Amino acid sequence: MELLLFGIAKDIVGRSSIDLPSKGVQPRSVAELKELLIADYPDFSKLSSFAVAVNSEYAGDDVTLGQDDEIAIIPPVSGG
Amino acid sequence: MEEPILEIVEELDVSGVYKELSHPASGGICVFIGAVREFTNNEEVVALEFETYKAMALKEMRKTVTQASEKWPVNKVVVRHVVGTKKVEDPVVVVGVSSAHRDACFPACRYIIDTLKQTVPIWKKEIFRNKEVWVSAHP
Repeated sequence: MELLLFGIAKDIVGRSSIDLPSKGVQPRSVAELKELLIADYPDFSKLSSFAVAVNSEYAGDDVTLGQDDEIAIIPPVSGG
Repeated sequence: MEEPILEIVEELDVSGVYKELSHPASGGICVFIGAVREFTNNEEVVALEFETYKAMALKEMRKTVTQASEKWPVNKVVVRHVVGTKKVEDPVVVVGVSSAHRDACFPACRYIIDTLKQTVPIWKKEIFRNKEVWVSAHP
């Protein structure tokens, strides 16, 4: 499972993508993924907010993650 | 509404937007152009860097335009946003809407740019002389 990173999320992790499972832990939902990220990279907890997209759609905390899903971390957007 | 023009581009040329929005049933055309401003909180901005999650950005743009077309009777819409490094006075986004009368295209244009700034996955980094800041990242 590949996790795409953009904006400040890319700076926090130091890469534009990471492979999951990370350290043997496979997140099963958006909520678990957020917890895992904050545990591995505490700087995520300093952001104003961050969202998760599954297959390029915003996904709520209860959305489950499948092996073939494209998952992305969406830090606060700032286009325009 | 005709099929909207939704694009992420490296170079933004706003000179052709009138022709893209012109429509025989449109008596009003409203265009918003966002550009790089020289100062943020009295600090001089050297450049802005934009990046995007393109597949999702185009989807979110389409949702926003569809919502606008459900709220107001619009004929044509253009939304075009840059990626890459932009200097002061460079245009970075254009939103254009044409409709029969101005009372539809003004609010529709405003709705689209306001919603784009809240939902479309595009990120902007401000490059100052001595630091770089991802806009809105921290409280």
